[in-house]
Amino acid sequence: MERASAEALEAEPDGFFDILEERRQGSDISHALRTFNPQPYRGAAPTSASALNRMVLESQHLSYIIQEITLESDEPREVLLKEASAILDEMSQNLQLGFIRLLGFILSKVFKSVFRSIHVNEDGLTQLRQAIQEYPVILMPNHRSYVDFLVLSYIMFTYDLSIPVIAAGIPLMGMKLIGEILRRAGAFFIRRAVRSDKLYWAVLSEYVRTIVRTGFAPVEFYVEGWRSRTQKSLIPKLGMMEMVLEPFFKGEVFDISLVPISISYDRVLEESILAKELLGFPKPKETTWGLLKAWTVLKEDYGCMHVCFGNPVSVRDLVKGKMNCKQYNLVPRDLPMKANKQTQEFVSGLAHVIVRLQERNVVLSPWNLIAVILLQNLQGIDLDQLTHKTLWLRRLALQFGAHLNWPKHISDSEVMSSNLTLHHSVAHCDKGHIHLAEEAGPVPVSQEEGVFRRATAVLMCASYRNQAVHVFTRPAMVAVTLTKAASNRTDDIFRHFNLLLELFSNEFVFIPGQVFQDFEEGCSLLQQSGVIGRSDQEVFVRDEGQETIVFLRAILQPFIESYQVVFRFLCEESLQTFTEKNFLHSVRRFIMKLIISGEVHSYECLSSDVQKNVLSTLFRMDALTKTKVDGQTEFSVNKSAVTRIRDLLSK
Amino acid sequence: MIYEYISVKVFCIITSRAGREERRSAVRVTRRVCNLYLTSLHEQRCRPLTSDSKHGSSMASNSSSSNAQHRLRIISGHLQKRPEDESTGITAQECKAETPKSTPSRLTPVPKRRQEIMKWNGWGYSDSRFFFNKIGQAEFTGKRYRLSGLILPSLKDWFEGTFGANLQHKSPATPTLNLSAVAPPNLNEPFIEELKAVGVAMSHDPEDRVFRAHGHCLHEIFALREGRIGRVPDMVVWPSCHKDVEKIVELACKHNTCLIPYGGGTSVSSALECPHEETRSIVSLDTSQMNRILWIDEKNLTAHVEAGIIGQDLERQLNESGYCTGHEPDSMEFSSLGGWVATRASGMKKNIYGNIEDLVVHIKMVTPRGVIEKSCLGPRMSTGPDIHHFILGSEGTLGVVTEVTMKIRPIPEYQKYGSVVFPNFQQGVACLREVARQRCAPASIRLMDNEQFQFGHALKPQVSSIFTSFLDGLKKFYITKFKGFDPHHLCVATLLFEGDRGKVLQHEKQVYDIAAKFGGLAAGEDNGQRGYMLTFVIAYLRDLGMDYYVIGESFETSVPWDRVLDLCRNVKERIVLECKERGVQFPPLSTCRVTQTYDAGACVYFYFAFNYRGLSDPVHVYEQVEHAAREEILANGGSLSHHHGVGKLRKEWMKESVSVVGLGMLKSVKEYIDPKNIFGNRNLL
Repeated sequence: MERASAEALEAEPDGFFDILEERRQGSDISHALRTFNPQPYRGAAPTSASALNRMVLESQHLSYIIQEITLESDEPREVLLKEASAILDEMSQNLQLGFIRLLGFILSKVFKSVFRSIHVNEDGLTQLRQAIQEYPVILMPNHRSYVDFLVLSYIMFTYDLSIPVIAAGIPLMGMKLIGEILRRAGAFFIRRAVRSDKLYWAVLSEYVRTIVRTGFAPVEFYVEGWRSRTQKSLIPKLGMMEMVLEPFFKGEVFDISLVPISISYDRVLEESILAKELLGFPKPKETTWGLLKAWTVLKEDYGCMHVCFGNPVSVRDLVKGKMNCKQYNLVPRDLPMKANKQTQEFVSGLAHVIVRLQERNVVLSPWNLIAVILLQNLQGIDLDQLTHKTLWLRRLALQFGAHLNWPKHISDSEVMSSNLTLHHSVAHCDKGHIHLAEEAGPVPVSQEEGVFRRATAVLMCASYRNQAVHVFTRPAMVAVTLTKAASNRTDDIFRHFNLLLELFSNEFVFIPGQVFQDFEEGCSLLQQSGVIGRSDQEVFVRDEGQETIVFLRAILQPFIESYQVVFRFLCEESLQTFTEKNFLHSVRRFIMKLIISGEVHSYECLSSDVQKNVLSTLFRMDALTKTKVDGQTEFSVNKSAVTRIRDLLSK
Repeated sequence: MIYEYISVKVFCIITSRAGREERRSAVRVTRRVCNLYLTSLHEQRCRPLTSDSKHGSSMASNSSSSNAQHRLRIISGHLQKRPEDESTGITAQECKAETPKSTPSRLTPVPKRRQEIMKWNGWGYSDSRFFFNKIGQAEFTGKRYRLSGLILPSLKDWFEGTFGANLQHKSPATPTLNLSAVAPPNLNEPFIEELKAVGVAMSHDPEDRVFRAHGHCLHEIFALREGRIGRVPDMVVWPSCHKDVEKIVELACKHNTCLIPYGGGTSVSSALECPHEETRSIVSLDTSQMNRILWIDEKNLTAHVEAGIIGQDLERQLNESGYCTGHEPDSMEFSSLGGWVATRASGMKKNIYGNIEDLVVHIKMVTPRGVIEKSCLGPRMSTGPDIHHFILGSEGTLGVVTEVTMKIRPIPEYQKYGSVVFPNFQQGVACLREVARQRCAPASIRLMDNEQFQFGHALKPQVSSIFTSFLDGLKKFYITKFKGFDPHHLCVATLLFEGDRGKVLQHEKQVYDIAAKFGGLAAGEDNGQRGYMLTFVIAYLRDLGMDYYVIGESFETSVPWDRVLDLCRNVKERIVLECKERGVQFPPLSTCRVTQTYDAGACVYFYFAFNYRGLSDPVHVYEQVEHAAREEILANGGSLSHHHGVGKLRKEWMKESVSVVGLGMLKSVKEYIDPKNIFGNRNLL
């Protein structure tokens, strides 16, 4: 009975099509050499990459900035112009169809060997095709793996859509040969942390704006800023977003279509590297040699990949009533102008909306659910029980609106076993007993070494839970508040929810200013699945909902524990001012001790990501102040404020 | 250059027609033969302008001057008929004040009963209108215009193709005014009594009142065509001089009646609409009988004119003395001098003559506080803020402009049309910008977008000779095939040069050289003239559209150069989008042109029309779309209005346009001058 209704609920994402299927049938060469004739943006005049660069260098905006710099620094104009030109040479893409074809050929080979299938929603692509012709299009994928960026261009090529130009990190460019190939495949390279470099920022922003304004090609960038090491959505970065939207604010284009794209992998290529990075192991430098060495990685099976193109979002639609573009009318449009508060808020809100849309469209695999269960049973769990709990969770996830790719035509136990096989690097099955797989190493190991190994396994597993965590965040937060709030009264619960949301808004993505909607969403999901009941004034847990509440709380527990332990560290340790590096180092040692002593249970506390998030949170909540000393950012902590926040959480 | 090529060809045709006339006069004839322009207006201009050229072109002006005579006959016919009709109490009395010494003849004053020569529910003269004949060809009736009596073979296809309209689907207007629909007048008897004693002409005939209850906004004309009559003035008065106005205003104050000045009635800002909330008797003050040129000062080149004179009469009468004002707004056939002052009008040839604020030297206005005027005719003064600028653009809220001293110029010796084809609108705008930068704009320079270019083409009259049509084909071939212009992107700039002959030719070369830098090809005088003709007949065309479920209107703005392209694109696109969202079945005509260039920007004009079949409230849809388009204009850095004014239609944006303090300033002026709101049309503020 229960099974049947679960199946009825199953929202099998429709209209997905495996593009590798075709590649396995046909020839890769002819795919790479196919006629490629995409419909461009109708307002675009055909422009070459070099003409684009010239437009940037000759732009009024750049000359304003250069003039400003000459006044500040006495550097002559010619030198600055040359510098700007050099920046542009380093940055600019050089999209060439030939290289797209070459890449297309190579990727056909690679993808076929790595993935079982690449599923793409074709109706999304149809909409994208339409959107590209109408207005400048910004492709906004989530960023989970290096593969993201290759796969998108590959899909665009396969479907005869304009190849995007892609904002990529400068390290990629450093890779010999590969950097150049990527550049010719449409990548342009951006240095990190460039806000302070006036000239660089000017060149970059003018470059991006020119591409959008002229409709040169769709622009692709990661609004999350970088690859999510935790696989959880990141709080969006706004710099690029602002640049991309400015032509709209200034009326230089009628509209801009933002296309959220959700990419998900059954198994992420970089899974173990990412976990280690979180534990403080340095990130391997991106080199061509490194890539070749990683070739062995490609021999493994990484299951399926899903790419879901969301509905294009019209900026014009969203801007209605939210901001007044007339501020731009009283100054020359090329004059560098700092966005006002209203604009910043709009940009930020829009960026958050996009991330939420990415989350909403993500296609989850059964493994994501299994990971949620495993993390609540770190001591190990019997396969039967795991299967049982996973199926229960499947029902809940579907009720919460998750897109789940649960294979239809095979039995549930087969689904379980095939997922366990695929993820042998994360979990082992030992005589029907499942436990996390720890990396083998020389024995005996030190206590600390042991914790690290254990933590690596936990964080790897957590990364798969994180891909699905957005499904549960809001109901889980309501679940937490239900036990912590002063009473059952809705307003008390809402007040506590609000606190929790503020505390965790660097951890999970919440659209600013929509607390109430978030609360309502959480409550109504719980209500619909029979977990809670609501009256006019009160929210109460139903008897049959207790189990779910406990389960949902447990999902958030590692995060809460992490925040608590970092708060404790900041309150107890004597350091007053510190750099981020110092902090990470000492907090890790602190937590390590606590884990060994058994005071702290969650290995996830060791994740540098969550530790940094706590810093940002405290900074946002005015419990930390930042000062620049010798080019380094130093934090100083206001202990009483931290204590206050800590008390709020532990109440 | 194709220009040279074509013009030489035209030359050949002309010279062959003109027989053995000398080549120089042939140039002038060329102009005339190609002239599809308004005869009524441009007769004078096309006529030999200076005495030396009189002889050479007499042949060519024969036909056109007979046209003009014909028109005079029509008008004088109306004049003769009028006195017998005065059953509704019109009392006329010649104004005895200020009899000018050098009174030019009062040739064609606008009759008091304008409805006798003009449409009561549409644009312009009753005898001139477009219609589709039995075989579906468009014709333009009457004899007033160059286009009159001609057949326009391609208009139907353009019309049906552009709007998805169908000649089978008609939406005819109510043929006659239903007098019973007009509410009885709310008369202020003591006011009337005293006014009668003074001897000012007046009427409360329903036709007279309805005629003055509207301008030419779409909703106003649409309602009239459906026979719906809203609040109309309760009576009409016709002062015949400044003194009359003083008396009227004095009595209006005394008896607390509402005055609404009425000049040419060409407002497109709902400025003439009677406010619904007005409970007092509303008196429409028709200035049309104050239409004399009181004096011409040849030493200072100024003329002192009564403000009720309409544009074409002013120009014609000045022409008789060898002068012109050069102020030619598109509405100049009907709009009045006082109206220009009250709305800050702009003329097509402002590049040479300036806009109205540059043209006026002295203004006399009667207000409830008394008469406002300056004490001398000095060309410029530093005497605090210029009081003229309280009057210019006051839109009838402060008083009645009665007399204006304005600059005049000798009629230019030579005039030449021209046109340039650009591969696309961007290039065209870039060229206009460069022309403005070099400050070498001709008397008029306008850039039509592609849709308007095609529109203009649809108005080409039937070609009379095979040779001409062959030539047309050749031109088209040259531009689209040889030069590679895409017929769906190319656009045309129309030009009008004026001055002495040598300078005009030199000027022409300079402009064409600039155009060439932006890929522009000179495309002959004919195209240029047709462009200007479009301006004058477009309002008539709207009436034709309304016979077939198509409604539309134009609106304008001014915008800095760097935003021209963006504004044009965004507004046009917004219109299309809004129409779609509001259920308009067929994509609208959404087109624009740049009509004026300034040092720092340009004036942009939009035409917007759509087929309203299937819509329950088309006017409401129209208004919503226009509203959205105006929002878009403002968001893109355009102004609320370049020359149409604010009226009641655009009032809601005044605050953001001029700031709260600015609006407060204007309000305080109103408060001081007219505390009882006698001039109660409620425009602007």
